[in-house]
Amino acid sequence: ASGGYPKRVKVVEVGPRDGLQNEKNVVPTPVKINLINMLSETGLQVIEATSFVSPKWVPQMADHTEVMQGINKLPGISYPVLTPNLKGFQAAVAAGAKEVSIFGAASELFTKKNINCSIEESLERFDEVMKAAREASIPVRGYVSCVLGCPYEGKISAAKVAEVSKKLYSMGCYEISLGDTIGVGTPGSMKEMLTVVMKEVPVGALAVHCHDTYGQALANILVALQMGVSVVDASVAGLGGCPYAQGASGNVATEDLVYMLNGLGIHTGVDLQKLMDTGTFICSALNRRTNSKVSQASCRL
Amino acid sequence: QEPQASGLPEYIKIVEVGPRDGLQNEKVVVPTGTKIELINRLSKTGLPAIEVTSFVSSKWVPQMADHKEVMRGIERHPGVQYPVLTPNLQGFHSAIAAGATEVSVFGAASESFSKMNINCSIEESLEKFGEVTKSARNINIPVRGYVSCALGCPYEGNVVPDKVAEVSKRLYSMGCYEISLGDTIGVGTPGSMKKMLEAVMKEIPLSALAVHCHDTYGQALANILTAIQMGVAVVDSSVAGLGGCPYAKGATGNVATEDVVYMLNGLGINTGVNLYAVMEAGNFICTALNKKTNSKVAQASFSTGTIN
Repeated sequence: ASGGYPKRVKVVEVGPRDGLQNEKNVVPTPVKINLINMLSETGLQVIEATSFVSPKWVPQMADHTEVMQGINKLPGISYPVLTPNLKGFQAAVAAGAKEVSIFGAASELFTKKNINCSIEESLERFDEVMKAAREASIPVRGYVSCVLGCPYEGKISAAKVAEVSKKLYSMGCYEISLGDTIGVGTPGSMKEMLTVVMKEVPVGALAVHCHDTYGQALANILVALQMGVSVVDASVAGLGGCPYAQGASGNVATEDLVYMLNGLGIHTGVDLQKLMDTGTFICSALNRRTNSKVSQASCRL
Repeated sequence: QEPQASGLPEYIKIVEVGPRDGLQNEKVVVPTGTKIELINRLSKTGLPAIEVTSFVSSKWVPQMADHKEVMRGIERHPGVQYPVLTPNLQGFHSAIAAGATEVSVFGAASESFSKMNINCSIEESLEKFGEVTKSARNINIPVRGYVSCALGCPYEGNVVPDKVAEVSKRLYSMGCYEISLGDTIGVGTPGSMKKMLEAVMKEIPLSALAVHCHDTYGQALANILTAIQMGVAVVDSSVAGLGGCPYAKGATGNVATEDVVYMLNGLGINTGVNLYAVMEAGNFICTALNKKTNSKVAQASFSTGTIN
């Protein structure tokens, strides 16, 4: 129903990790650090800083330790990092990480192609990360990929999404971010999926991570908000193309999201102008145009 | 029509404005033959209404100088409406002579915009339109009314919802069968869309309302969703998102028909439109204009080679 909206929304900025990871040009460490520092000045409360994954797999994130140690960590801001396994977790904590994220998927084929095991096996691998995190009092965020469609399997059942989400939640993840990995979702499939997931995971522990590959992101986010979701992932300047559709866009732009939330009178604490300035900086460094329409429109060049 | 269990309309009429609003705001002047070809292709997609051209002085809008040739040159498919813009009585007569069977008039909810755009006040513009609607009524020609700046004005900034309601009501009472509410500079959000529609819906029946959202700030689909959740069942859009914003250099304008249809398909709402056929028409015109499509659905689909 189009009744109420949450009064506040937590925006989780994934540009420095998810965004940059999907950009062709490798970004020098000082640029990454400056990006995160600028984001820290915008009012964003959560900034995903990097990924403690093997540089063999993800060269863009090879400088994870330097980035983690180099950024200004402002009080009140969380700087989660991805940790695909125990080794990565340990390296992350040694580098100063205070929050980590793990990734599951609602598609068997996607999991197989991505990390060469089944969903069940992938979650078992995270058992040791969860245990170590619990011992160190480190909060863990869980991601579920392919919640509205899979590049290999096509349609994904909402029940499967709920099953994987529930598993991650019971393992101890404080929040589950539901990712429309290839952006095929629409308000129809978003509503259907959330209805089922919300039977297994409390809405207060849910986040949406929408991709704008088919232009549906803000409409999908709107529906999620209408259903009570109050945590939304986004990427400054819409950094990060879609690896499954060459030339197509990926992450939704944080500027465009904040613009919409402002218009709805929803509090985010984010300064849109500072955010746009940050987007301008990183696009200049990447020598690319912004994917944010708000930024494009506001540019009077 | 009855609402579905979801509360959304079962059917939404899409009004394709690419050939007029779209091309009018493209820098490259398009040859008459290309315009006709585009419209003919759109006629085969299932779109129920295609805005063909504008009977405005070629001095003002060079892109529409060939309005007569286009009107006379296109195939007229049964069940498809081909409205044209008629800013005044002279344009109206010219349109009818060229075979038009539906016309549109453009009002604005902002005095400054009206002055800057057509060099007269809102009241004066409505008087001109009154002449058009009167003549149109005499020969049974339906008239669609547009209200520009419904969610914001490039000169005045904020626009009061009651003003939008007032202008809409004037157009409706003079005989316009449908009022298309335009977010001319795309600044609207679901918040302002809702407030504006609430005010307008006090004056105009829901079934006579349409939304014409621009995607300049990326808000179009979210705004359209809000409108259809409130029961609006007519949506304007432009194939390939043709037509930039004349008020924000380099920024986008019209929302892409492909992206709207994709969303409505996903919502289980019937439009009668074949998405693939629209994408092909979009591909045709973008090739002719030598530009990239503004439709994300088209971009993604042509990249992967699959239609999701």
